[in-house]
Formats: sequence, C-alpha cells, structure tokens
Amino acid sequence: MSATDYGWLILAFPVAGLLVISLGWRVLPGRLPGWIASAMIGLSFLAGIGAFVQIQDLPSDERAVVASAFTYASTGDFKVDLSILVDPLSVFMCLVVSGVSFLIHVYSVAYMTSDRGYSRYFAYLNYFVFSMLLLVLAANFVILIIGWAFVGAASYLLISFWYRRGTATHAGIKAFVMNVIGDVGLVIAAFLLLDKTGSLDYSGVFGAVDHAFSRNDTTLVIACLLILVGAFAKSAQLPLHTWLPDAMEGPTPVSALIHAATMVTAGVYLIARMYPLFEQAPTAADISAIIGTATLVFAATVALVVTDLKRVIAYSTISQIGYMVLGVSVAAYGAGLFHLMTHAFFKALLFMGAGSVISAMGGVQDLDRMGGFRKSMPFTFVAFLVGACALAGLPLFSGWFSKDEVLAFTLNRGGGYVVLGIFGYLGALLTAFYAFRMVFRVFFGDPVPEARELEGGHIAHHDPANPMSGESEDVDVGFPGEEHHIAERDWPMKVAMGVLAVLAVIGGYLQVPGVDDAVSKFLDPTFESSRFIDDAPSTAAQWVGLAMGGVVAITGVTVAFVAYRRRRGVTLELRDRFPRLHNFLLHKWYFDELYDAVFVRPAATLGKIGRTVVEADFVQGTIVGGATRIVGAGTSFARAIQTGYVRAYALLLLLGVGGLALYFLIASS
Amino acid sequence: MWFEDLMFFLAAIGALAGALGVVVLRNPFYSVLALVGHLIALAVLFLLLQAEFLAAAQVVVYAGAVMVLYVFVVAYIGGSDEPLRPEGGAVAAFGPIFAVALGIELVIAFAASGLQALDSQGADVGAAFGSPGQIGSLLLQQYLVPFEAASYLLLVAAVGAVVLARRRRGLEEEDDDDERRREAPVETLEVRV
Amino acid sequence: MDVVWFLILSAFIFCIGAAGVLTRRNPLVILLCLELMLNAGNLSLIAFARMWGDGGGQVFALIVMVIAACEVVIGLGIIVAMYRARLPIDVDEMSELRG
Repeated sequence: MSATDYGWLILAFPVAGLLVISLGWRVLPGRLPGWIASAMIGLSFLAGIGAFVQIQDLPSDERAVVASAFTYASTGDFKVDLSILVDPLSVFMCLVVSGVSFLIHVYSVAYMTSDRGYSRYFAYLNYFVFSMLLLVLAANFVILIIGWAFVGAASYLLISFWYRRGTATHAGIKAFVMNVIGDVGLVIAAFLLLDKTGSLDYSGVFGAVDHAFSRNDTTLVIACLLILVGAFAKSAQLPLHTWLPDAMEGPTPVSALIHAATMVTAGVYLIARMYPLFEQAPTAADISAIIGTATLVFAATVALVVTDLKRVIAYSTISQIGYMVLGVSVAAYGAGLFHLMTHAFFKALLFMGAGSVISAMGGVQDLDRMGGFRKSMPFTFVAFLVGACALAGLPLFSGWFSKDEVLAFTLNRGGGYVVLGIFGYLGALLTAFYAFRMVFRVFFGDPVPEARELEGGHIAHHDPANPMSGESEDVDVGFPGEEHHIAERDWPMKVAMGVLAVLAVIGGYLQVPGVDDAVSKFLDPTFESSRFIDDAPSTAAQWVGLAMGGVVAITGVTVAFVAYRRRRGVTLELRDRFPRLHNFLLHKWYFDELYDAVFVRPAATLGKIGRTVVEADFVQGTIVGGATRIVGAGTSFARAIQTGYVRAYALLLLLGVGGLALYFLIASS
Repeated sequence: MWFEDLMFFLAAIGALAGALGVVVLRNPFYSVLALVGHLIALAVLFLLLQAEFLAAAQVVVYAGAVMVLYVFVVAYIGGSDEPLRPEGGAVAAFGPIFAVALGIELVIAFAASGLQALDSQGADVGAAFGSPGQIGSLLLQQYLVPFEAASYLLLVAAVGAVVLARRRRGLEEEDDDDERRREAPVETLEVRV
Repeated sequence: MDVVWFLILSAFIFCIGAAGVLTRRNPLVILLCLELMLNAGNLSLIAFARMWGDGGGQVFALIVMVIAACEVVIGLGIIVAMYRARLPIDVDEMSELRG
C-alpha cells in the first residue's frame, strides 16, 4: 500500500468509529462504544505508522505525495480536489494526534463510565480526531479550512458536553465565536493568495509565492497576518486566548485532548506548513514571534495566581504554545514541532492527573481546598510529578530538551530575537515555579478531608454542583453525574497515564542535540526550501542553551519548594502586600472585561436595539402595523357604507342614477 | 286633437295625484288605492299612445292582479298608521330634496334642447300598431328569447313564493293558527315539500 | 301631442316614486313606490315606441310588467314572512346586515 492509501485509512477509521457509535449507540452495551472508539483511533495510529514507513522509503526529495479522491468544486477552469498530502510534517502530526488521542480515549473509557452521555462523548471524540486529521492531511486551503471549521465545531460540542450547565454552554459559545473569527481570517487569507497566485493547492501556492510576491509584499504580509489570526484563534494566543480557560468547563479528557495536545496545536501546524509564505514576509513572522513571546509571559504570570487546578494547566497550555509559536516563527521548525510533541505528552498527562485528583475531591477543582494527596494517590502523584518536571523543563525530562532547544534557536537568530529569548527564559522560570506550585499544593501538606477519606478507602462524595459557580445540579443526562473515577482504581486510566509518563521521560531522547536529531531529520524534507535550513545553531550553542534552561528550571523549582514547603504562608503574605497586582493577575490582565466592554456589550446593545426599535417599533409597528392600519382604514371606510338601512342604500342608488343622467346630459350637449 | 290634449291633461293629473297619494298618505291601505287610481290613469295614457294591448294588460294584470295581491297582504298585515313625523335622520330629510333635484335634472334633459333625437310628433304608424296581433308576432318572432326568459322568471318567482311561504318545522314560533290547529287535531294529509 | 310631455310626466312620476322610497318606513309602501318608478319607466318606453314607430318598446314594457309582478310576489312574500316571524314591519328596524 502506498503512503496515500495509508493516508486515506488514517482518515477512514475515525469516520467509521463515528458512524458505528452514532448509529448503534442504543444496541452497544456498557463501555463498548468507548472501546470501539479507542480501537478506531488505534488503527488510525497504526495506519500512520504505515504511512511513516512508506514515506521513509521514498527518496528524500520526493517525500510529498498527494492523492485526490474527487473534484470537490470546480468553476470555470479552476478546480479544487478533495486531496490529501502525505509528507513528513503531516505524518508527524498524524502520529502525534492519533497516538495521544488513542491514550486519551482509553483514559476516557474509564473516566466517563457513569456519564449518561457516554456514547455521545465518544462519537464527538472520534469526530474531533477525524477533523483534526483532515486538517493536517489537507493538501489545499479548501480542505484545510473545512477541517479547521470541523475542529471548531467539535470543540464547541465537547466543551458544552454537559449541556445543562449554563457556564459550559456559555464557554462553548465563546470558544466557537473566537474560532469563527479565526476562520474568517483564514478564508480571507486564502482569497488573497488565490488572487495573486491563482491556486489553492499547497504545491501551487508555495511554488508561486516567490514569483508572485516580492519580499515583504504588503498583500502577502496581510495574508500572513490573517493566517496568524486564524492560528492564534485556534491556538489561544494573545489576543484571542480568552476562550481557552473557559473551555475547561468540558470534561477533563476533553481538556487533555483538545485543549492541550491537539486542537490548539493546529495553529502551530498552520504556521509551520505555511513557512514559505512567512519566510517571504518576515514582518509577519516577526510579529508572530513577538506575540508568541508576549503570550507565553502573560499566561505564565496568570498561572501563578489562579486557584482552579484545571485553569492553571490551561494557562500553562497557552504559555507553552507561545513557545511553539515562537519556535516556528523564528524558523526553528524542527524544535517547535518537537516541543509540540513533548508538550502533548506531558500536558495530557497533567490533565489526566488533574482529572484523577478532581475525582478524588468529589468534583471540586479549587486548589485552596486541596492538599496532601501524596499518600492516598501514589500513582497519580508520581504521574503528575513526572508531568510537572517535564513542564518545568528539569534536565533529562522531555520538556527540557524541547523547550530549551526552541530558546537556543531563538537566541541563535541574533539581533532582536535575543530579547525574545530572554523573555522566553523568564517564562521558563515562571513555568517551573507554577508547575511545582501545583505539585506542592495538591500533593504535599496536610491531607484535606477528602484525602483522609481516600486513605480510609472510599472516594469523597459531595452534592453535585457546578465547580465554578457553585449551583447545585442533578445527575440526569447533561450533567456529569455522581460517580468519580480515580486512576488508582481504574486500569484504563492507569495504563494511559503510565504510557504518557514514560513518554514524557524518554520522549526527549528523540532529539538530543548533536546525538540524534531524529525529529528534525525526519521533518527536513518538508522544510528543505527554507532559507534558514542551514542556520541552525551549532551543537555547542544548543547545549549552552539547554544548560541555561536547566539552571532556570532548577531555580524555579527551588523557589517553589521554599515558598510552599519551607516557609509556608509567604505566598499569602505576598498576596496581601500587592493586592492590586494580585487582582490584575487574577483577573487575567482584565482581557475578559475589556472584550466584554468593547465587543460583547455593544453587540448586546445592538441586538437589543434591533429587537426593540427595529423589529418591534419599526417593522412590526410601522411597516406591518402601518399596512394593516391602512387596510383597516380603507375597509372601515367601506364598512361605513354598509349601514343596514335600506333607505340609505336606495339613496345611494338614486344618487348614482342621477349622476349618470347628469353625465350623459353633459356629454351629449 | 283637442280631445286628445284634454284627455292627456286629465290622465296626467290623475296619475300625478295617484302618485302623490301613494307617497303622502299615511295609511298603507289608502296608498294601495291611490296606486290603483294611478294605474288606471296610466292605462289611459297608454291608449293615447296607441298601445291598446298594453293598456288592457295594465288594467287586467297590474291593477287587477298585482294590486289585488297587495290588498290581500295589507289586509293580512293590518297596515298601521305611521306617525306623522317619522324620525329618519338625514336620509328622510334629504330624500325629497334629492328627488326634486333629480326631477329638475330630467326635465331639463327632456325639455331643453339637449336631446336632438326627440321628434315631437312621432313617426307615422299604421292602425295595427300596438294591437295584440302585432305585439304577439313581435313576441314570438323578434323577441322570443326575452319572452322565454320572462316566463322562466315567472316560474322562479312562483317557486320562490312557495319557498318563502313554507313553514319550516321547529324554526318558527307557533302563531294563533297553529295553536288552534294543534289543539284540535284534524286528519290532514301531510305533503312534504 | 308632443311626446315630450309624456316624458316629462314620466320623469315626475319617477321622482315622486324615488322620494317615496327614500321617505317611507313601511316596506309595503316602499314597494308601492317602486311600482310607481317602474310604471314611470313603462310610460317613457311606450312614449318612445310611439315616437319611433317601433313595437319593441311596447314589448319591453310588457316584459317590465311581468318582472314587476314577479318582484311584487317575492317582496310581499318577504313581508309576510317578516310578519309571521313577529318582526316589526319597519325598514329602519331591519338593519342588522351591516358592517
């Protein structure tokens, strides 16, 4: 089978899973929908391996294979096919997406067991994986945008999965609206590129970009900025990031899959895929790098103070994607995508661990109420610790290799990029701190009542309530339900977390500078026409960068240790001494309030004006009411003639006769 | 000639008097009688215009049959005296004025020189003009269709009269006749229509 | 004799009839006034027939008489039905068919 055959299989398995589950959910018993979904994704992963092998068999300058299924749309002599592109970059993304998705599916089989919407959940998950794979396998802008939109829809469906929760549905709408903003940017960018290059296929556009546009051509810069709008909306970078923390309303595995490992990395994939455009428009690439850096610092500062466990991890995601964006914007494609891969591992792991902790807490997500779970949940503790070490970038963990390689490349570019690199290290320091903030607060310290209950042998139970707003809920479909599952008790969760923990440790060894740059070497054929292909920092420079990163990480962890274990209470003192700064960070730099005032409220007012003035007064009152009143007036005039009196009718009759006679009299004289 | 003019004026006065009597007299019975007089005066006018058959038809059919019918109905209903000043609002006040206006207008139309086609003396007609023979032949030859249509109309009117006079079971209140009939049951053949 | 006189007479009778229709309230009398108007029309028809020497006018008048008879039959039938339904015999009272 050729590489593209495997490509079609990669897409076909999730679709099959979606169809089987959504059509047969009534007859599939127990946990079977979950196993079917997981199996489909597993098969998709195997097909990805098949494609990988096939690709490697091809000579390195022919490793981009396109296959078309049929002509999707044609007008005049321009046509767009439903075609997929199998090249190292797409195979890499497919493997990461399907691999991590498979593990999360397995985790969800246990985690979502008692949920009344179990089958619906897995149907949505399979649909999501299909959309994501379609997005990365697309060979032209049309299929890319289709996949892009599908992924947004899947995100909406999964964030509002517990649809009877008001906060969840609001979060879903928020995410969807911001995703649509990105979609619009992407579509307009596609228009601009089609206009100038006459093609929508990647091969056509990328081949023509150097001829059709001069360096830093305005149209190209605008097109790239619009692509960035799309990428930042999907990847939750400034300023389109506000939806991601709210998206934590979805079930924890959803947060792990979509909002850590796969969907939010679509933006990074996009920038990497569009690298010929960005290299021809360095202004856009620089803007992208700056925004990436700003985002990573911003998100890290907010993660220092928020108290909801899942939201800390969410802001961590935003921050880490900032690193990836920075990486692919400074042409460190291999490094950036390598960080994408390792981040998928340890972030999914962290979310899974958080899911286990929240289950042990009986549904409570507040960090202030957690503590001392080390003894009652040892497996979760170890897994979470591994994830946190990788996140912090402690030496020898995967995160160290990937994140600091990005920073090494950044510093290597020189000039203004050094500033970005310094901010990157600052962000790394903060990252290390808040990663271990989580570890120390959740697992160390005095055990909270829920932990003690767990030590006693049963999971704590609280009345079902919305973790954010505190409203109480029932256990019918549309709400999470009563049961909670922790990793220690359910083997699918253990297996998934275990595999990810191992990957989080050893994943880094795929790209040890100077020893084996396996990822970069694999991806090289895709990026072979990059200007910067030979600009990589030397091995020594990379090791220097890694060393600096390691020092920064260890410093951060030490500070966290001191703050949370040695001198407890110092963080509370800091909070009291800098209340305004604390509030500013706690309110996420007031972005939500800003957007509310600038966009949401005017839109709501506009809607209200539309409803009251335009609709009620103008349309209903004037136009519709006016029409009816005119007709009514006319008819009431006509009605007045029908008096019911015979003599009045006779009078009218005779008046008519007299009038006629008069007319004839005059006309004939 | 002077005889004709005299007859004309006499008949005209009779007709006008009858007409005014119909309108002005309060008791409906008197109005009917005034109309009968009017019809006979009109029959005289018809004779003056050499419409013998029509004059006879007027007396026999109109005055003889239709008016008799009227008399029966007035007797049955018992025409009541209307009050002298009927309150009718604007219509009643306006009515006579309008009628006068119409009259003036028509007179102007006829008498003033507007209508050129009026020939004072009329055409020369033979003796057979207006005779039953001529009317008959006209009816059966030239005006056959109106003749048939008129007879059809008579049929419709007869059926309509029967339908109007029919008693519908349960829809009407009993009046005295029915009460008497009910109290004294009589063997009658019921014919359902 | 001038035919015009007949026509003027007919006009007068017609207007008297019209005034009666507008003024009186008893439906019987209104029907009588209608008869007046019809007769006025008959008179003018026959006058014109004489003027032109055309027998068609007389035939027309004959047909009008037939129609008048039919109309009287139906009109009186309605009035008798009104009487039998114990409604007041007054056209101003019969005003429920209105908009």
